Formats: sequence, structure tokens, C-alpha cells
Amino acid sequence: MQKSIMSRLWVFAVWAVIGLFLINLLGLIASVVTSSVATRWLGTWLPAGFTTRWYFAAWDEFQLGDVLWVTFQAVGAVVLLSGLLGVPAAYALARREFPAKRAVMLLLLLPLLVPPITYGIPLATVLYKAGLGGTLTGVILANLVPTVPFVVLVMIPFIEQIDPRTEAAARVFGANIFQMFVHVLVPMLMPGVLAALLLVLVRTIGMFELTFLVSGPGSQTLVVALYYAVFASGVRAVQSIDAMAVIYMVTTLVWLIVALRFVNPTQIVGRGKRPAA
Amino acid sequence: MSAVLEGRAEGPTLRQRLAARGIDGATLLVLPCVALILGLFIYPFLYGLMLSFEPKDGSLFGNYARFFSDPFLYGTIFKTLRLAFPVTLLNLLIAIPIAFRVRLMRRQRLLTTLLVLPITLGTVLVAEGMLFYFGPQGWFNRALMAVGLLSTPISVLNGYWGVFISLVLTGFPFTFLLTLSYVTGIDPSLENAAATLGAGPAARFREVFLPLLIPGLAITFCLSFVQAYSVLPSAVLVGDPAGATRVISIAAYQAAFEEYDYSMASAIAMIMGAVQLLVVVAVLGCRSLFYRGPAAGAKG
Repeated sequence: MQKSIMSRLWVFAVWAVIGLFLINLLGLIASVVTSSVATRWLGTWLPAGFTTRWYFAAWDEFQLGDVLWVTFQAVGAVVLLSGLLGVPAAYALARREFPAKRAVMLLLLLPLLVPPITYGIPLATVLYKAGLGGTLTGVILANLVPTVPFVVLVMIPFIEQIDPRTEAAARVFGANIFQMFVHVLVPMLMPGVLAALLLVLVRTIGMFELTFLVSGPGSQTLVVALYYAVFASGVRAVQSIDAMAVIYMVTTLVWLIVALRFVNPTQIVGRGKRPAA
Repeated sequence: MSAVLEGRAEGPTLRQRLAARGIDGATLLVLPCVALILGLFIYPFLYGLMLSFEPKDGSLFGNYARFFSDPFLYGTIFKTLRLAFPVTLLNLLIAIPIAFRVRLMRRQRLLTTLLVLPITLGTVLVAEGMLFYFGPQGWFNRALMAVGLLSTPISVLNGYWGVFISLVLTGFPFTFLLTLSYVTGIDPSLENAAATLGAGPAARFREVFLPLLIPGLAITFCLSFVQAYSVLPSAVLVGDPAGATRVISIAAYQAAFEEYDYSMASAIAMIMGAVQLLVVVAVLGCRSLFYRGPAAGAKG
């Protein structure tokens, strides 16, 4: 392979862009983390001293115990329900040809193609009319709208990979559809289910718009509480907002790292053929 | 099981005739999911559409007339597009060469993990961090001044560029992941064949990869555009929510939760959806002008 000056310059430029992106990103994260443990940080490279008291302050000021519990409940329910609704639907769509299949696929694609804020406003209006606005149930219902189609679309290729004769064998041996699901399909699909649900988990923790529009004082998740804290900054010490941001960051990062142990991120959208080498 | 055996004795039952058309117990599993989307997505949308035609002044098109006569309202469309279009295009243009580079690497996982980080951070945290990092005393300005590139701190916050940067930071990983999966989906033997026939890197990209990538890039553009289009948190936190970055989602939010005019808010949401769908349809329409076919190469 020839290496001309142009191609070397090109490689260098690509790496420079990657480097620039990563340096700024890591700098951004590092400045939040540094600020959260700083005593006083004005006009210098590094703060005057380090302390952990902002974490305790943030915990009390923002009632983080309650907020985390709400987040845990909402995210847990969303993950569980989108798995229960999404995986069977993906099975039906992967295995059966039925008249309205294309319409169903379109119906599932729509919530992913329309920005959450667009359908979030009418959805919030309906939920408030139904008396569910501002409640935890409302937050869970609103978050299911993008996650269930997401699970279906991620699971369809996983299910198509499984040999249909496996299910036929299970049926021949007398398993009904429920038994076949529990004893045959779910164990074989476990990697895919885990991957899809972990991504739903990360997405739901970070889902701002829908939760923001639907939640009330008692049903704020961590990301919405963080937004309100930043929005109304000036009332509270900057460092305690940063401490809260770090807590938020850690909750999502833990799950992202777990998720990446199970999935190769590039397989989420398409199963590309790997180069043979 | 027993129903099937009985059916065989008596000729095709209703159940068997349905099964022949692909409808049986398993097909019904799709119903709860469809019901959820109908109830929580389609119904609210139609409800919002109806509500948008029942404005406070009683006329049918009152909300829409108000929106398109008030520059403070209709201007938000252009402000949104002025942010979302360049950001999406820039993200796509950076993502393609990086994806081509990463494709050749043996250890992709660490780099992809790092590049994916901002997805989990979310727009709120990125905006929060930007307030520090790009602030007048932040590390960004400090480093540039120490190197001598700047004499006074530049201010990117509270304006167009603040939102622009935050959208690039949060939007790039998603664009990159999609692009990478499309790029790795192209059979490398196609490139080898082109190289054997004497095509240089630029010609290989132009003649082999680009035509195969166009459909995927069109979809990537649409999905990234959707992300950049709803920019509420960053437009408020690091932008200028009353001026340069008063995007359409801010207008909709204010109508709903500050003026409590749900009819107007629904009308704005409908306009927002319509504009966004127009862009998607236009991009996907352009896609059909290009090559469509297998990207994996024929089996010999």
C-alpha cells in the first residue's frame, strides 16, 4: 500500500478531530467532577482545596434520596414493561407474515422518528386530563412510548437469527406458546434481551423531555431534578449542583459500562459483516 | 394441540384458516404493543390535533393564524432549523471519516466507548458542564490563553454557538454509531476488488463506498436531525432562550406550561411535527435518486 503525504495528512487530520473531541469532552466532565469536590474555585487552574461536604449538602438540599428512589422505580418499571411488551411483539413480527404487518412496523417506527418534545406536549395534555399528570404512573407511561418500539426493533434481528426449527421442535414436544417462550426462546434470546433492556435503562435515566413534561413535584427523576437545579442556579452553591451532576453521571455510567460488556454498540442498528482479518 | 388434531378430523376450522394467513396465537402477541402505541402516541396526537383547532378565540384556525402572523412565534422555525441543519450535517461529515478509520482498527471498543459517553451524559449534564468548562474562567479559555491563541476569553455561552457546541457533543456519538454500523456493513472484498483494479483511496470512496452508503447516511441524517431538532434543555441552559436560540420547543413549552394554553401548545407541537416530517420526507426522497441494492456483495 502506498503512503503518500496526502494520505498521511488525512490520517493525521482524522485523529486530530477525534483528539479534539475527546479532550474537550473529558475536560468538560473533569471540570464538573473537580468543581464538585472543590472548597473554593475562582480564577485559578485548580481549586483552593478539596472537600466532600458538597455531596452531603446536595443529598439534603435536593432530597436526592427521594429523587433516586423515584428514578429507580420509574426506570425499573419502564425496563420491565418494555421487555414484557416488546419482546413478544418482536417475536410475532419476526416470525409471522400477517396482513397488517407493514402498518404495524410503521406504527412502531413513528415514535422513534418524531422528537419526544413534539408528541410529549399532547401526551402530557392527555395524561393531565386523565389525572395521571405529575404522577409516577404518568412518568412511566410516557417513557414507554419510545422504549417499547425500541425494544421491538432491536429484538427483531436477534429473533430472526434463531433457527425456527428449534421452536417447531418445542411445539412438537407439546410445549404451548407460553412454555416455549419461557423454556426455549427467552434463554436463547437472553443476550439480546439484556442488551436491549440495558439500553432502555440508560435511555430512560437520561430521558429528559418526556419526564420533564409529565412529572410533578413528587415524580421528578434525577435528570429533571438536575435541570431544575441548574435552571434555578444562584440560589444554591454551584458545587452542590455539580455534586448532584456527578451522582447522575455515575448512575448512568455504571449501566453504560455494564451494557457495553454485553453489546458491541455497532451491532445495535445493523449486523455488519466483520472483516475477515 | 388438541384443537389442531380435532381440526384435522373435521376439515379446516376458522383457527386453521386464520393460521394460514399468518394469524395465530403468536401473532396476537403484537397486540399489547400496538394498543400501547395507539393509546399513548396516536390518540394523544389526534387529540392534540383536534385541540389545536379549538383556540381560545373560538375560530377554527385561530392558533395557526396567530403563529404565522407573530414573528416571535414563526421565527422559531427558522431558529430551530438554523441550529439543527448545520449541526446534523457537521456531525455526519465528521462521523464518516472517523468511522472509516475506526473500521480498520483492531481494538475499537475503548474508542467507541469514549465516543459514546455523551449519549449517557445527556443534554442536561453536557450543558451544565459547558457552563464551567467554556466559562470565562474555565479550562477551555485558560488553556487557549496559556498557549497564546487568545488574549481575552471568548464567550460561547448564552448564544447560538453554545447550543451548537452542546448539540455537537451530544449528537455526534449517535451519528457516529449509526454511521459506523453502516460502514462496517459493507463487504471489505468490494474495496479490495476496487483496489486491485487500480482505484486510489479517494476513487474507492467516491465510486464504491459512497453509493452504497447513501441510503444508510440518509437514515442517519434523519435520526440525528430528530435529536438535534428538540433542543429544549441546552437551548435554555447554554443558549439565549429569549433571542437567538428561542427554538420552537421553547415556544411550545411556554404556551403549555407558562400560559396554560394547551390549544396553542398543541398547535405549535403539530407545526413542529409537520416541519420535521417535511425534512425527513425530503431527505428520504433524495435517497431514492441513488443506488439501492445489496451492500454485502453477491455470493460466488
